[in-house]
Amino acid sequence: MNLKFAVAIAGLTLASAAGAQSLNGAGATFPNPIYSKWFSEYSASHPGVQINYQSVGSGAGIRQASQGIVDFGATDGPMTDQQISEAKVKLFHIPTVLGAVVPTYNIPGVSGELKFTGDVIAGIYLGEITNWHDPKIAQLNPGVTLPDHQILPVYRSDGSGTTYIFTDYLSKVSADFSSKIGKSTSVHWPVGIGQKGNEGVAGMVRNSPYSFGYVELIYALQNKMSFGSVKNPSGKFVKASTSAVTAAAAGAAKNMPNDFRVSITNAPGADSYPISSFTWLLIPLKSADPAKGKVLNDFLHWMLQHGESEVEALSYAPLPQPVALKVNGALNYLK
Amino acid sequence: MSEPSRVEVPLLNMQVAEQSRRAPAPMVAKAPAGIRRFLHTQTSGAVADRAFGGLMLTCALSILAIVVLIVVMLLDQSKLSLHAFGLKFFFRTAWDPVSGDFGALPFIYGTLVTSFLALCIAVPLALCVAIFIMEISPAFLRTPIAFLTELLAAIPSVVYGLWAIFVLVPMMRDHLGPFLAKYFGWTGLFGGSNFGEGFLTAGIILSIMILPVISSITREVMGAVPISQKEAALALGATRWEMIRMSVLRNSRIGIVGAVILGLGRALGETMAVTMVIGNNPQISHSLFAPGHTLASVIANEFTEATGDLYLSALIEIGLALFLVTIVVNSIARLLVWAVTRGKPVAAH
Repeated sequence: MNLKFAVAIAGLTLASAAGAQSLNGAGATFPNPIYSKWFSEYSASHPGVQINYQSVGSGAGIRQASQGIVDFGATDGPMTDQQISEAKVKLFHIPTVLGAVVPTYNIPGVSGELKFTGDVIAGIYLGEITNWHDPKIAQLNPGVTLPDHQILPVYRSDGSGTTYIFTDYLSKVSADFSSKIGKSTSVHWPVGIGQKGNEGVAGMVRNSPYSFGYVELIYALQNKMSFGSVKNPSGKFVKASTSAVTAAAAGAAKNMPNDFRVSITNAPGADSYPISSFTWLLIPLKSADPAKGKVLNDFLHWMLQHGESEVEALSYAPLPQPVALKVNGALNYLK
Repeated sequence: MSEPSRVEVPLLNMQVAEQSRRAPAPMVAKAPAGIRRFLHTQTSGAVADRAFGGLMLTCALSILAIVVLIVVMLLDQSKLSLHAFGLKFFFRTAWDPVSGDFGALPFIYGTLVTSFLALCIAVPLALCVAIFIMEISPAFLRTPIAFLTELLAAIPSVVYGLWAIFVLVPMMRDHLGPFLAKYFGWTGLFGGSNFGEGFLTAGIILSIMILPVISSITREVMGAVPISQKEAALALGATRWEMIRMSVLRNSRIGIVGAVILGLGRALGETMAVTMVIGNNPQISHSLFAPGHTLASVIANEFTEATGDLYLSALIEIGLALFLVTIVVNSIARLLVWAVTRGKPVAAH
């Protein structure tokens, strides 16, 4: 409580000292709803500070922040070592919220919730499991009568963090997937049909019998879609939810590296949902304009104190406590 | 049948044209003198003329400048990919962002196939619509039908895409596709699995989108055919279809080709509606049911999240490929027109 008060006071004094401050950020589309909410609330409570965010995509966010075109960036997949070394502006990853990807399907006659493993999902996208009647699927779902019909895999045709998280997970659990397809914001899918956006994939799956796809958890929750559960490393089938995603992040927190660039797909923990990921803000280690650096730093404190409590209303998973503490500690190093 | 008409029609036409030119001539000749006298008292005609000419020249040159700038920008931004793959880029089939292996062939193929399909469907339909509206339709139907065709052009492409996803795709999957596979499967064009999305669906949606462009320009061109030509054909005992064929279509064929080229331009560059129904899988398949990808749709899909310089550069080179494909296709179309019309005088002009 004391800390909150102190931060608020500091923010107010800062804002009045800095005068009108306008910051520009660009990047990932996935956290755009929560970022827009945060930035507008922060601007409202800090007169004279205006933070603009353009959801132009993670790739563009990394590029623009690395070249100093914008004051900060945002990404769904952590920057690679090469990107970090080539960046003109040295950037630091700050995890903000968590997202997850869920498997969704449309099988006429099957109403219950299906169970999947990473291997099965990888097999479907590699074109090795082509029929719903396949024993590998039947084995996971005893008691469910699966039709003898060809599977139509649906994937995201646009480059997206959703695809990054999904392929990151499948690359971890399936060596075949890792060598034949790999992980990226867009990959070369050997089979299936591509659709643009979560709404495209969801629409295609809804309209095409015997199809299988993957969408963002938030999208599935807000549109009340049914989706399957996935087996985590502890052997438990977990259905995605904000708490299962936070659990995955907590499971990964023990081995959290100091630069927060960590993949939490297939994370340990009995209740961890395996296809989860952080999304990050990319903050310059040393802002070109110190006044802007101060505002950013203050915003990040505000985010940890106030912002995180608002995320669940928008179906995002908040940072687990240990990670939030660690981020709070790291903020001291940002200038 | 066509021999006498070809001799008679131009003569008739010339006489009518001369008469109509002669009648209003005195009035036209008198009026400008007064205006010119007035203008001479106001300003120097030479300066105004030269300034006007210069202004028009600048406008014309700006088109050239825009094209040059686009090419320079595309070449400059795609340097990395040009260096890595050379000209082979346009003939390679790989597209793998993970390993950084890029080629444009599946996208060029998709663009050409969907545009060609669209033309095959839209051109005959658009011609028939235009002929009906101009020559056959009862007067009270003319305006509503013309209005409706033009309304099609005003619908945003994303709306076409949505309609296609919810109506055309299921129809293709459940009715049209199985029908084609059953009766035309022997052509080899309708094999493989049919999920409702693919080249054919994209071609159909494109054809609906370019239909209004082609039909409304064709209508305008047909409207410019002198009525005396048509009357002459009818007077010689031609049936209505013969009149349309000999005097309307023959006289407006160059304009119609122009309309088709404009429609083709829209089909080649169309992005949103196509990407919603083509399946977005970069593969070259002889089956029209198979999913494909086009140059414009891969840029729209992958540009924002393209990480890595080579990837971005390859996407910009796809833009260059689209530019080249458009130029080549248009040149071929113009060559065809030239080859067809060469040596045959156009009767109307």
